[in-house]
Amino acid sequence: MTAPTESMSTIVPFEPVIVGFTCNWCSYRAADLAGTARIKYPPNIRLIRLMCSGRLDPTFVLKAFAEGADAVLVSGCWPGECHYLEQNIKALRRFELLRRIVVGLGIEPGRLQLVWASAAEGQRLAREIERVVEEVRALGPLDWGGRAMATSALDAGAVDAAAPETAASPEPVEVTA
Amino acid sequence: MTADHTTNGHDSAAADIPVLPAEGEERIGVYVCHCGSNIAATVDVEGVRDWAAEKLGPRGVVVARDYKFMCSSLGQELIEKDIAELGVNRVVVGACSPHLHEKTFRGACAKAGLNPYLCELASIREQVSWVHTDKEAATAKAKAVVSGAVERVRHDEPLEELRVPIDPHTLVVGGGIAGIQAALEMADAGFHVYLVERQPSIGGHMAQFDKTFPTLDCAACILTPKMVEAGSHPNITLLTWSEVTGVSGFVGNFTVNVRKKARYVDTDLCTGCGICEEKCPVKPLDEVFEAGLGYRKAIYSPFPQAVPRYPVIDRDNCTFYATGKCKACEKLCPTGAIRFDQEDEILTLSVGNIILATGYELFDARRVEQYGYGRLANVFTSLEFERLSNAAGPTNGRVTLRDGVTEPKAVGIIHCVGSRDRNFNNYCSGICCMQSLKFAHLVKEHTGATVYEFYIDIRTPGKAYDEFYQRVLEEGTVFVRGRVAEVTDALRLPEEAAEDGRLIIQVEDTLAGRQRRIPVDMVVLSAGIQPAADAKEVARLFGISCSSDGWIIERHPKLDPIATMTEGVFAAGCATGPKDIPASVSQGSAAASRVLGRIQVGEMALEPFRASVDEARCSGCRICNDLCPFNAIVFHEDRMVTEINAALCQGCGTCIAGCPAGAISGTGFSDDQVMAQIEGLLMANVRREPVKEGVPA
Repeated sequence: MTAPTESMSTIVPFEPVIVGFTCNWCSYRAADLAGTARIKYPPNIRLIRLMCSGRLDPTFVLKAFAEGADAVLVSGCWPGECHYLEQNIKALRRFELLRRIVVGLGIEPGRLQLVWASAAEGQRLAREIERVVEEVRALGPLDWGGRAMATSALDAGAVDAAAPETAASPEPVEVTA
Repeated sequence: MTADHTTNGHDSAAADIPVLPAEGEERIGVYVCHCGSNIAATVDVEGVRDWAAEKLGPRGVVVARDYKFMCSSLGQELIEKDIAELGVNRVVVGACSPHLHEKTFRGACAKAGLNPYLCELASIREQVSWVHTDKEAATAKAKAVVSGAVERVRHDEPLEELRVPIDPHTLVVGGGIAGIQAALEMADAGFHVYLVERQPSIGGHMAQFDKTFPTLDCAACILTPKMVEAGSHPNITLLTWSEVTGVSGFVGNFTVNVRKKARYVDTDLCTGCGICEEKCPVKPLDEVFEAGLGYRKAIYSPFPQAVPRYPVIDRDNCTFYATGKCKACEKLCPTGAIRFDQEDEILTLSVGNIILATGYELFDARRVEQYGYGRLANVFTSLEFERLSNAAGPTNGRVTLRDGVTEPKAVGIIHCVGSRDRNFNNYCSGICCMQSLKFAHLVKEHTGATVYEFYIDIRTPGKAYDEFYQRVLEEGTVFVRGRVAEVTDALRLPEEAAEDGRLIIQVEDTLAGRQRRIPVDMVVLSAGIQPAADAKEVARLFGISCSSDGWIIERHPKLDPIATMTEGVFAAGCATGPKDIPASVSQGSAAASRVLGRIQVGEMALEPFRASVDEARCSGCRICNDLCPFNAIVFHEDRMVTEINAALCQGCGTCIAGCPAGAISGTGFSDDQVMAQIEGLLMANVRREPVKEGVPA
């Protein structure tokens, strides 16, 4: 479904596909503001709105990689400015753990990035998106879904059944990584 | 997530959309908006429509339409008609941000009898057409975004709005003119208000001014009646010398802790006669109300018209607290109202809504070192000049140099100090031009001195403002266009020998096209205004956000400048940015009317996004218990399960993501919904799709 064939990836110049998770209060509104202010950024990113970056279940990120995303951008309010007081700090904690797992799974750390953006920072978010797109373009395609299927460690069924538990609690994660 | 996502097939046929599993009964309508040319100029709207109809058919899309303006009543009718005639039971609108029109389209669904939460907005304007330029890539992304919404909408569940009762009491924070206005509006309408002010008296900055532009009304004359009214209104509880220390709860039902600082005066006994103040032997500098130009006493009321009239003891400067002796005030108080042992009091208030009118503070002119404030005696700030020219001020309204005696013969007023300056604040403080013009008039009136105005642009957009500018021009004020380079007491040119002891203003006169050195006796820095130093802490306390400048962010800068992102918390006056008095008053009234509307209705609807625990799956590990800052998660020791209190839950979803057993689920943003959206977003891939399909004509 999402894995390109060899021949196609040689025909088409590589344009990374990045899934961005934004929070309803700061970063999604920063994206809104970038739009309202007509600030341009590359079309490689597709945003998903969550209520809070704290809602980001680590399996969402793994799912995005498995479905063919070349990178995932996580974005929320600046620490100290969370609409839910401190939930972005919890997101930050999970992010650091998740990045270790992701690296352990053979994915370059540059493919999972965290960007804080307040609702007033449309310009900043746009520039950060631009930066991430360029970094991922340099990294090349990920095609993790395909590899995961081949090794069967994280085939679709395994992700669904195992990942919520392993990824959400720190202890088993350490073992996996 | 459910089985149907995982069976989506991982075959290599690149853009083939998997077929809908048999159990699907979703009949999805996709509506793509042109938004005039806002979307259509960059996205091939018809192409997206055709693609959705064809390619997303197997995903449950039964109809796809486009329309010039989906948000118009005709556009909404398209949706309503399809719900009625085609049995559409899920709606995806590819249009603007959900923050703009989600309500509109949910309303259309509800009107046609469909649960409003079965409607998704795909933002193809803010996130596609307005930020991308390549039409092909933008169209491909728009398809992906629509596809994400289609997958998501299949997992949407019908929800009912949560209805919360609104406590009719309201908290107003800040007793400046905006806060006073808000409090009076609500009190006059018959509802109770707590007005919290940090200083010993309400009145705010306006109480410090002498005259108000452009009418030259005496500030005290127009403000005092409002202060008195607020102080004596049966529906207003005035809490001066108090600060909010904690806020919990949510719209309709906030619990607020207020620390009522000890005044060391029993307000039940005090009559405000002022004998204590008269007899107090200590005279510390008044940094707040007199802007450092005058003195007050250790027991003081900041100004004669203060409301309430009770004084406070400044503990840091009081002789009794330093040495244990004196007690002059206690001895001489006719009613025995002095209480040296009084302690701070913590009050707990229940309110339904909060209005923040926390105001501003003056830009610290010391930061612009070349203007010499704090170094050169006769450089004044605008607030100092306000006190100098105020008849009740330290000089009784005589405009003099720092020595308090000499009248200036020439005065230079410098605009935009700290404003419109990338080294300090980028924004225009808005009020300084008019304030400077007012100063020019007052200097003329009080002293007859020559007045120079050094400006970048004169901005006089308010009612009768430009007429005031013309009047000041006609009075003979000299306007020099150019940003002042420095203010100095160093004489550099031979012809300046006679100017010893004066100040020289070095400026490039951009209209004359030359450098000028203008000798004056007095310089007034029309300093900009900026958020209070603790604005960010205030924002954190009330769970709202500030811009990088530190001003409170409005819900919408143009269409909802009163509300904040947090339900039940409103902002008025300079808390959201520089404003003059009429604008602050209007905002105070506007905020009050917003709150009044809610109180009248008695309850309000909230988004039903809440987490809940499936007790059968909860292992009692308690990992989630520490994740909630709203104390919505309770653990039942007896059953060893966790429960979430829906009334306290704010719907952030952090506990859902943290539960290792997957026992917590959340409405509106469930795992199924997000997982499906990820799949949808990535089903149509910008990288591969254009090659395979091209862009439909």
